[in-house]
Amino acid sequence: MTGFLSLFRRLEGPQTVGRGPGFWSLFALVLAVALAYPLFSDGYTVGNTVYFFVWVFIALSLCVIWGYGGSLSFGQTAFFGIAGYGYGVLTINFGSAYGFTLLALVIAVAIAALVAVLLGYFMFFGRIAGVFLGIVTLAVTLMLERFMAQTAGPEWHIGSARLNGFNGMSAMPPLTIPWPGEPIVLFADVGLYYLVLGLLVFVYLALRILMNSSFGNIIVAIRENPERAEMLGYDVRKYQLITFVIGAALAGLSGVLYTVWGQYITPSSMGMTAAALPLIWVAVGGRSDLTSTVIGTLVVLAAFQALTIYGSQYALVFMGVLLVLTVLIAPNGLVLGVMNWLGRIATRLTQRAG
Amino acid sequence: MSLLELRKLNKHFGGLHVTNSVDLTLRAGEIHCLIGPNGAGKSTLFRLILGEHHPGSGDILFAGENITALKSFARIHRGLSVKFQVPGVFKGLSVRQNLEIALQSRHRGAELDAEIGRLLAFLGLESEQTQTAGNLSHGQKQWLEIGMAISLKPRLLLLDEPTAGMSPEETHMTGEMVQRLNADGMTVLAIEHDMAFVRQVAHRVTVLHLGQVFAQGSIDEIVADERVAAIYLGQAHA
Repeated sequence: MTGFLSLFRRLEGPQTVGRGPGFWSLFALVLAVALAYPLFSDGYTVGNTVYFFVWVFIALSLCVIWGYGGSLSFGQTAFFGIAGYGYGVLTINFGSAYGFTLLALVIAVAIAALVAVLLGYFMFFGRIAGVFLGIVTLAVTLMLERFMAQTAGPEWHIGSARLNGFNGMSAMPPLTIPWPGEPIVLFADVGLYYLVLGLLVFVYLALRILMNSSFGNIIVAIRENPERAEMLGYDVRKYQLITFVIGAALAGLSGVLYTVWGQYITPSSMGMTAAALPLIWVAVGGRSDLTSTVIGTLVVLAAFQALTIYGSQYALVFMGVLLVLTVLIAPNGLVLGVMNWLGRIATRLTQRAG
Repeated sequence: MSLLELRKLNKHFGGLHVTNSVDLTLRAGEIHCLIGPNGAGKSTLFRLILGEHHPGSGDILFAGENITALKSFARIHRGLSVKFQVPGVFKGLSVRQNLEIALQSRHRGAELDAEIGRLLAFLGLESEQTQTAGNLSHGQKQWLEIGMAISLKPRLLLLDEPTAGMSPEETHMTGEMVQRLNADGMTVLAIEHDMAFVRQVAHRVTVLHLGQVFAQGSIDEIVADERVAAIYLGQAHA
């Protein structure tokens, strides 16, 4: 019981909005609704919800690197693409037997993290910061997009996996869990929904613990004043690199889940538009808070999709307007602004009641 | 015994010779003040000691070890600590969290809470602990940063204008605090323009002028030195 309580306490802290029984009751309620939701919905809608959830991981990656760490990475889509293609190449070559797809997921995320170690090492230990970090990371993702887009010829293959240029790679096997009798294949509906929901809850809670730990303290300290952080004896570059790699792994996870969901991955997933959209979700939500990022991403994604389907061709323009409005009205994020406002009202009410 | 030794330290910025063959020795346990007119190279000397700038030539020895090639954070681990000229606090975080970040590498759990409480009391910032550091007054920010610097329990504390922007009372209180820290065994090197503060705390004074050590001695010797008066004190008292 004490162990459980101390774990619970570590979920809360100055780096995350939302604490106390009120917040966690609401969290449990939302989770219960999310768990029951497939029972009241059809496979297509559930699959579409999985699509939304998949993007939350890349948004969280940006939240960690940019919102908490203060380094604006414009190229999270590079890791998204590397892991997505990685999963494709591995599973097309080695199939889905013996639970290999699950191993491929882990390997693909590890490859993205490894690339981040290399790129991050040169950036942070080369003291690249601020807008230059954004430029370098954007250049990397655009370069990867260009490179993959010209791999249409049959000479571009890894083993039996054709890279397929602009059309991208497709028909990789979905995630398959080995099971006595018949293996469980997680197609993009209920099965994948529960896996992705589970991963989402796990990642969200794990990041809450991490951000409220002494490590989280150090990375926000670096965001606030890197010189002071260094003069307290922290190797700033090392912490920036670790944060960058964690973010890259999350973006990679997003990429693998996206590939698994649609059974395809294309170069445009690393292009300019793809790279810019997560920035908008995170900025609109509230980049310096995990909960705001999750809510903001889901709301903006749903609105974007509704606009694209029912509305007009101007969904992207709307995204731009939304970003400008956020910067002007609530620079720290609209969702975070509303949550802080609700928090202040709650405090006032409790004080009055007390 | 010397704690810090600068040997023939040189630093150029292009054609500008900011630090010119500086030799300086700090004895363990002393309060040493560094004075000199603006542009004398005082802050650059601090940045050289801290490893933020690297010297063109010369050596920096700390407790007998050559630290010239060490990174800043590694120098902090050896026992250096600093309060900057412009208060370097974590403006977006609470006062309490500022101190927690400074203390967390040495203390954990209940011990950490106790240390934060002790430091808040020492700094007189108990009632401001939940405030965002950016909202503190200038003087309070200075105190908070001094608190963060001393929380590392350094062997040598570097203070760059610790009393800038403080009232005479606050300046005197800062002086007393520095003396208390010194009595506990901390060696202090302070850049300061406020001569009342220098007179209050300094065991020895070094005058820097145009990147060179111009004079050195007790405060009375420095004040009596007519050459110093001509370049610095004379202007200050004019």
